[in-house]
Amino acid sequence: MNPINEVKLEFVSKSSNEAFARVVAAAFVSQIDPNIEELADVKTAVSEAVTNAIIHGYENKVGLVKMTCKLYEDAVEISVTDEGKGIEDIEKAREPMFTSRPDMERSGMGFTVMESFMDKVEVVSEVGSGTTVTMFKTFSSVRGKNNAL
Amino acid sequence: MNIRLTNRGNTLVAALNGELDHHTADYIRQKLDAEMLKSTTKNVVLDFSKVTFMDSSGIGVIMGRYKNIQKLNGKMSLAGVNERIRRIFEMSGLLKLMSAYDSIDEAINKM
Repeated sequence: MNPINEVKLEFVSKSSNEAFARVVAAAFVSQIDPNIEELADVKTAVSEAVTNAIIHGYENKVGLVKMTCKLYEDAVEISVTDEGKGIEDIEKAREPMFTSRPDMERSGMGFTVMESFMDKVEVVSEVGSGTTVTMFKTFSSVRGKNNAL
Repeated sequence: MNIRLTNRGNTLVAALNGELDHHTADYIRQKLDAEMLKSTTKNVVLDFSKVTFMDSSGIGVIMGRYKNIQKLNGKMSLAGVNERIRRIFEMSGLLKLMSAYDSIDEAINKM
Protein backbone atom coordinates (compact mmCIF):
# COMPACT_ATOMS: atom_id res chain seq x y z
CA MET A 1 0.00 0.00 0.00
CA ASN A 2 1.57 3.27 -1.12
CA PRO A 3 0.73 6.55 0.58
CA ILE A 4 -1.29 9.03 -1.49
CA ASN A 5 0.44 11.96 0.17
CA GLU A 6 3.27 12.63 2.59
CA VAL A 7 4.56 15.52 4.66
CA LYS A 8 7.70 15.97 6.74
CA LEU A 9 8.07 18.61 9.40
CA GLU A 10 11.04 19.51 11.57
CA PHE A 11 10.77 21.86 14.51
CA VAL A 12 12.68 22.95 17.60
CA SER A 13 11.72 21.20 20.84
CA LYS A 14 9.79 24.14 22.28
CA SER A 15 6.56 23.42 24.10
CA SER A 16 4.73 26.01 21.99
CA ASN A 17 5.32 23.69 19.02
CA GLU A 18 3.13 20.99 20.59
CA ALA A 19 0.01 22.83 19.45
CA PHE A 20 1.64 23.64 16.11
CA ALA A 21 2.47 19.98 15.39
CA ARG A 22 -0.97 18.64 16.29
CA VAL A 23 -2.70 21.31 14.18
CA VAL A 24 -0.43 20.51 11.21
CA ALA A 25 -1.17 16.79 11.55
CA ALA A 26 -4.92 17.41 11.76
CA ALA A 27 -4.88 19.81 8.79
CA PHE A 28 -2.95 17.31 6.68
CA VAL A 29 -5.23 14.42 7.61
CA SER A 30 -8.27 16.61 6.78
CA GLN A 31 -7.50 16.02 3.09
CA ILE A 32 -9.22 12.64 3.30
CA ASP A 33 -12.10 14.10 5.32
CA PRO A 34 -12.31 12.07 8.52
CA ASN A 35 -14.96 13.08 11.06
CA ILE A 36 -14.32 15.53 13.90
CA GLU A 37 -13.90 12.76 16.47
CA GLU A 38 -11.25 11.03 14.40
CA LEU A 39 -9.40 14.29 13.83
CA ALA A 40 -9.44 14.98 17.56
CA ASP A 41 -8.02 11.49 18.16
CA VAL A 42 -5.09 12.30 15.87
CA LYS A 43 -4.53 15.69 17.51
CA THR A 44 -4.44 14.19 20.99
CA ALA A 45 -2.09 11.34 20.03
CA VAL A 46 0.32 13.69 18.21
CA SER A 47 0.30 16.04 21.18
CA GLU A 48 1.31 13.17 23.48
CA ALA A 49 4.11 11.96 21.18
CA VAL A 50 5.56 15.45 20.66
CA THR A 51 5.31 16.28 24.37
CA ASN A 52 7.22 13.07 25.16
CA ALA A 53 9.95 14.02 22.68
CA ILE A 54 10.32 17.47 24.26
CA ILE A 55 10.12 16.49 27.93
CA HIS A 56 11.71 13.06 27.98
CA GLY A 57 13.73 12.86 24.75
CA TYR A 58 15.36 16.26 25.03
CA GLU A 59 14.60 16.85 28.72
CA ASN A 60 13.57 20.42 27.84
CA LYS A 61 16.90 21.14 26.17
CA VAL A 62 17.02 22.33 22.57
CA GLY A 63 16.82 19.66 19.89
CA LEU A 64 14.94 18.92 16.70
CA VAL A 65 11.71 16.96 16.61
CA LYS A 66 10.77 15.37 13.30
CA MET A 67 7.25 14.46 12.32
CA THR A 68 6.35 12.48 9.22
CA CYS A 69 2.73 11.96 8.16
CA LYS A 70 1.84 9.46 5.46
CA LEU A 71 -1.68 9.63 4.20
CA TYR A 72 -3.51 6.65 2.73
CA GLU A 73 -6.93 6.46 1.16
CA ASP A 74 -8.60 5.93 4.53
CA ALA A 75 -5.75 5.95 7.05
CA VAL A 76 -2.72 7.81 8.35
CA GLU A 77 0.68 6.86 9.69
CA ILE A 78 2.44 9.43 11.83
CA SER A 79 6.01 9.15 13.11
CA VAL A 80 7.50 11.43 15.73
CA THR A 81 11.27 11.23 16.14
CA ASP A 82 13.72 12.80 18.55
CA GLU A 83 17.47 12.37 18.78
CA GLY A 84 17.43 12.63 22.54
CA LYS A 85 18.27 10.36 25.45
CA GLY A 86 16.20 7.33 24.40
CA ILE A 87 14.09 4.99 26.52
CA GLU A 88 15.80 2.33 28.64
CA ASP A 89 12.77 0.12 29.20
CA ILE A 90 10.09 0.65 26.55
CA GLU A 91 7.68 -1.85 28.09
CA LYS A 92 7.83 -0.04 31.42
CA ALA A 93 7.45 3.36 29.75
CA ARG A 94 4.26 2.19 28.06
CA GLU A 95 2.63 1.05 31.30
CA PRO A 96 -0.31 3.24 32.35
CA MET A 97 0.62 5.65 35.17
CA PHE A 98 4.34 4.98 34.87
CA THR A 99 6.39 8.15 34.64
CA SER A 100 10.07 8.84 34.92
CA ARG A 101 9.21 12.44 35.84
CA PRO A 102 6.78 12.54 38.77
CA ASP A 103 8.65 15.71 39.82
CA MET A 104 7.17 17.44 36.77
CA GLU A 105 3.67 16.24 37.61
CA ARG A 106 3.58 14.02 34.56
CA SER A 107 0.67 11.60 34.73
CA GLY A 108 2.34 8.68 32.95
CA MET A 109 -0.66 8.40 30.64
CA GLY A 110 0.95 9.54 27.38
CA PHE A 111 1.40 6.14 25.72
CA THR A 112 -1.95 4.92 27.06
CA VAL A 113 -3.67 7.89 25.42
CA MET A 114 -1.82 7.27 22.12
CA GLU A 115 -2.80 3.60 22.22
CA SER A 116 -6.44 4.42 22.96
CA PHE A 117 -6.84 7.00 20.23
CA MET A 118 -4.82 5.30 17.48
CA ASP A 119 -5.04 1.72 16.15
CA LYS A 120 -1.36 0.88 16.46
CA VAL A 121 1.58 2.45 18.31
CA GLU A 122 5.12 1.28 17.71
CA VAL A 123 8.10 2.51 19.71
CA VAL A 124 11.70 2.16 18.58
CA SER A 125 14.32 3.60 20.88
CA GLU A 126 18.01 3.44 21.61
CA VAL A 127 19.56 4.88 24.72
CA GLY A 128 21.72 7.85 23.75
CA SER A 129 20.41 8.03 20.17
CA GLY A 130 16.73 8.81 20.43
CA THR A 131 13.21 7.54 19.98
CA THR A 132 10.73 7.13 17.14
CA VAL A 133 7.04 6.63 17.88
CA THR A 134 5.01 5.48 14.88
CA MET A 135 1.23 5.57 15.09
CA PHE A 136 -1.30 4.24 12.64
CA LYS A 137 -5.00 4.92 12.41
CA THR A 138 -7.71 3.85 9.97
CA PHE A 139 -10.65 6.22 9.67
CA SER A 140 -13.78 4.13 9.49
CA SER A 141 -15.86 7.18 8.52
CA VAL A 142 -13.70 7.61 5.42
CA ARG A 143 -13.67 4.05 4.13
CA GLY A 144 -14.90 3.86 0.53
CA LYS A 145 -15.52 7.60 0.42
CA ASN A 146 -12.37 8.62 -1.41
CA ASN A 147 -12.29 6.28 -4.37
CA ALA A 148 -11.90 9.26 -6.64
CA LEU A 149 -8.51 10.20 -5.16
CA MET B 1 -5.25 29.18 27.45
CA ASN B 2 -6.58 31.50 30.12
CA ILE B 3 -8.21 30.99 33.47
CA ARG B 4 -10.95 32.94 35.22
CA LEU B 5 -11.07 32.68 38.99
CA THR B 6 -14.15 33.48 41.05
CA ASN B 7 -15.04 32.76 44.64
CA ARG B 8 -18.41 31.33 45.53
CA GLY B 9 -18.41 31.26 49.31
CA ASN B 10 -15.33 29.26 50.26
CA THR B 11 -15.27 27.49 46.91
CA LEU B 12 -12.88 28.66 44.23
CA VAL B 13 -14.35 28.28 40.76
CA ALA B 14 -11.62 28.10 38.11
CA ALA B 15 -12.97 28.37 34.58
CA LEU B 16 -10.40 27.15 32.06
CA ASN B 17 -10.63 28.48 28.54
CA GLY B 18 -8.68 27.14 25.56
CA GLU B 19 -6.23 24.29 25.06
CA LEU B 20 -4.71 22.51 28.06
CA ASP B 21 -1.42 20.83 27.14
CA HIS B 22 2.13 20.68 28.48
CA HIS B 23 2.81 24.19 27.15
CA THR B 24 -0.12 25.83 28.93
CA ALA B 25 -0.06 23.59 32.03
CA ASP B 26 2.64 25.59 33.82
CA TYR B 27 0.63 28.79 33.69
CA ILE B 28 -2.53 27.09 34.95
CA ARG B 29 -0.55 25.39 37.71
CA GLN B 30 0.90 28.71 38.93
CA LYS B 31 -2.43 30.53 38.82
CA LEU B 32 -4.26 27.80 40.69
CA ASP B 33 -1.57 27.27 43.31
CA ALA B 34 -1.41 30.98 44.15
CA GLU B 35 -5.18 31.17 44.58
CA MET B 36 -5.52 27.91 46.50
CA LEU B 37 -3.10 29.11 49.16
CA LYS B 38 -5.42 31.98 50.07
CA SER B 39 -7.37 31.51 53.26
CA THR B 40 -10.63 32.21 51.41
CA THR B 41 -10.29 28.97 49.46
CA LYS B 42 -11.41 25.68 50.92
CA ASN B 43 -12.75 23.77 47.94
CA VAL B 44 -12.10 23.99 44.21
CA VAL B 45 -14.33 23.46 41.19
CA LEU B 46 -12.55 23.20 37.84
CA ASP B 47 -14.85 24.25 35.00
CA PHE B 48 -13.93 22.52 31.73
CA SER B 49 -16.85 23.74 29.65
CA LYS B 50 -14.61 26.02 27.56
CA VAL B 51 -11.65 23.67 27.24
CA THR B 52 -11.29 22.96 23.53
CA PHE B 53 -8.39 20.49 23.79
CA MET B 54 -6.73 18.50 26.55
CA ASP B 55 -4.06 15.81 26.56
CA SER B 56 -2.55 13.86 29.45
CA SER B 57 -0.67 16.93 30.66
CA GLY B 58 -4.04 18.09 31.99
CA ILE B 59 -4.24 14.99 34.20
CA GLY B 60 -0.91 15.88 35.80
CA VAL B 61 -2.04 19.42 36.61
CA ILE B 62 -5.34 18.28 38.14
CA MET B 63 -3.74 15.46 40.15
CA GLY B 64 -1.13 17.85 41.53
CA ARG B 65 -3.75 20.42 42.59
CA TYR B 66 -5.91 17.66 44.03
CA LYS B 67 -3.06 16.53 46.28
CA ASN B 68 -2.48 20.11 47.44
CA ILE B 69 -6.12 20.83 48.27
CA GLN B 70 -6.39 17.50 50.08
CA LYS B 71 -3.49 18.47 52.34
CA LEU B 72 -5.50 21.59 53.23
CA ASN B 73 -8.54 19.39 53.95
CA GLY B 74 -10.40 20.74 50.94
CA LYS B 75 -12.24 19.01 48.13
CA MET B 76 -12.09 19.25 44.38
CA SER B 77 -14.64 18.52 41.69
CA LEU B 78 -15.06 19.05 37.97
CA ALA B 79 -17.78 20.67 35.88
CA GLY B 80 -18.66 20.86 32.19
CA VAL B 81 -16.50 17.93 31.11
CA ASN B 82 -17.18 16.88 27.50
CA GLU B 83 -17.12 13.27 26.26
CA ARG B 84 -13.59 13.42 24.89
CA ILE B 85 -12.04 14.89 28.01
CA ARG B 86 -14.07 12.50 30.15
CA ARG B 87 -12.51 9.61 28.25
CA ILE B 88 -9.01 10.80 29.19
CA PHE B 89 -10.08 11.31 32.81
CA GLU B 90 -11.52 7.80 32.92
CA MET B 91 -8.35 6.26 31.49
CA SER B 92 -6.30 7.80 34.27
CA GLY B 93 -8.66 6.87 37.10
CA LEU B 94 -9.15 10.54 37.97
CA LEU B 95 -12.92 10.16 38.30
CA LYS B 96 -12.38 7.71 41.17
CA LEU B 97 -10.86 10.60 43.11
CA MET B 98 -13.33 13.34 42.27
CA SER B 99 -16.75 13.75 40.68
CA ALA B 100 -17.62 15.41 37.39
CA TYR B 101 -20.89 17.39 37.23
CA ASP B 102 -22.77 18.96 34.35
CA SER B 103 -22.79 22.46 35.81
CA ILE B 104 -20.82 24.62 38.23
CA ASP B 105 -23.91 25.07 40.42
CA GLU B 106 -24.36 21.33 40.75
CA ALA B 107 -20.68 20.91 41.58
CA ILE B 108 -20.89 23.56 44.31
CA ASN B 109 -24.12 22.18 45.75
CA LYS B 110 -22.74 18.67 46.01
CA MET B 111 -19.33 19.69 47.36
